[in-house]
Amino acid sequence: MSTVTRSTRASRIAMIGGGLLLLVLAAAPYWAGRADMRLMSEIYLYLSLATLWNLMAGYAGLVSVGQQAYVGFGGYMLFALTIFGGVHPVVAVLLGGVLAALLSIPIATLAFRLKGAYFAIGTWVIAEVFRLSFAQIQALGGGSGSSLPVAIVKEIGAKKAVREANSYWLALGAAVIIIAAVYAFLRSRRGLALTAIRDSETAASGLGIDIWRTKLEVYVVTSAFTAIIGGLIFLQKLRISPDAAFSVNDWTAFVIFIVVIGGIGTLEGPIIGTLLFFLLREVLADFGTTYLLVLGFVAIVVMLKAPKGVWGLIRERYDLELFPLSYRVRTKD
Amino acid sequence: MSDPMLTLTALDAHYGDFQALYGLDLSIAAGEVVAIIGANGAGKTTLMRSISGLLSNRPDAISYQGQDIGALRADQVAKLGIALVPEGRQLFPSLSVEENLMIGGKVGRPGPWSLRKVYDLFPILEERKAQASTSLSGGQQQMVAIGRALMANPELILFDEISLGLAPVIIRQIYDALPGIVSDGMTAMIVEQDITKALSVSSRVFCLMEGRIALQGRTEDVTHAQITAAYFGVDA
Repeated sequence: MSTVTRSTRASRIAMIGGGLLLLVLAAAPYWAGRADMRLMSEIYLYLSLATLWNLMAGYAGLVSVGQQAYVGFGGYMLFALTIFGGVHPVVAVLLGGVLAALLSIPIATLAFRLKGAYFAIGTWVIAEVFRLSFAQIQALGGGSGSSLPVAIVKEIGAKKAVREANSYWLALGAAVIIIAAVYAFLRSRRGLALTAIRDSETAASGLGIDIWRTKLEVYVVTSAFTAIIGGLIFLQKLRISPDAAFSVNDWTAFVIFIVVIGGIGTLEGPIIGTLLFFLLREVLADFGTTYLLVLGFVAIVVMLKAPKGVWGLIRERYDLELFPLSYRVRTKD
Repeated sequence: MSDPMLTLTALDAHYGDFQALYGLDLSIAAGEVVAIIGANGAGKTTLMRSISGLLSNRPDAISYQGQDIGALRADQVAKLGIALVPEGRQLFPSLSVEENLMIGGKVGRPGPWSLRKVYDLFPILEERKAQASTSLSGGQQQMVAIGRALMANPELILFDEISLGLAPVIIRQIYDALPGIVSDGMTAMIVEQDITKALSVSSRVFCLMEGRIALQGRTEDVTHAQITAAYFGVDA
């Protein structure tokens, strides 16, 4: 007798294990030190960026090298809306997402005219335009940037401990929401169409799926969430400058590294990639530029030897799937 | 012939510098079943790709139900009711059998075809509905590809290489299913290597050679010798 299911024992164990882990992580402000909480927040925010980039590049085929445009935009909106608009920081972060969604539509109509490598470079150029434009705004500190005023910082929490706990929970919450939303989307009917496009653009368009529109939707949603994460990143940093906000290295190169070594086009890939990235970073922290050389070396080896990433290797060897998106036949003897 | 459903006027097709079709003219009436035959490289698949919008053309090169569709994108053409069963089936490997079929129904055109009716036509697919589409045999995959196209409730269905690479017993099953498909008044174009099979289900036949129509006529009128001559480009 054989049955066909999506869920597997591994996926159910992962679900229960994930739930327990989440409880432990949510309680971190009660058991972890300040430095650990900062590090964990950074991990959650990178995990979110990687999951979003993976949805866009791994599923919709939009290999953008310019998502730092939205990270920086989200960060700057946090500063602008709180300083000049008097808005609560959390509201400002969310509003930044909405504004980024609106802004991403004309950008997409421009960038989508380019294909493949040209699209990648085009998005990078657009991000540079963002950086140069925000450097011109003197009210936000111009090229040297500005800090978030103490009064605004205190809206997150009057005491330092409360503030740190709150911004930790915001980062954790954002990562959980983004992973859950991407997973739900991929299992929905629209996600079905997106998966169909990834499998075969020709067959999908022949069945009436508007590829341009589907990709636009993914680009807009991804950009909006990327801006929200950008807002949260600079809510942690409390200081912003054009070079930090629109850094291709920090917000795109590392993110691509994470997704590629983890395994592009899978939900598990970015999670594994993020853990590996931070492991490498913490181990090699004292070696200066050697750290970047090692990252480059690891990326090249993974691309050559395991193009499906570390998760691809694990999946092939052990036939595992923690976020069940595909079907499998199970045989009972 | 009643008003033509599909008319091609001086249809050319290019892949870069290579010209695959030269000034094709043909028209098909509603409810007709037409066979397109020809050797490898004659332009049969290119013709299917052109009609279904996967290759772009002059707007007036292809007219469907009185509307110029030559320059439309594939998804726009699909919404007008033209469905392609592509060569090599092109199922979505990440999706199950049923999800593949559901993607076909995504255009949301009204009509008789539903999951239920596709499963009635190919009962094996209902048994395998939750399985990954790539775990099926070649013949079952072709059934999914046909079912997926039918789910769009097309008025014109294009079968590209309907039996290529399938076992004879499967080919028979698929040809046995064809009358059930076209009896709903659906118009069909069938690209086929097996000339005898193609002629058995069609009322008219077009033979392509090197991107041009070498022979056309009512199935009962064309002789075996004429087809051989057109197919191989030699006098038989």
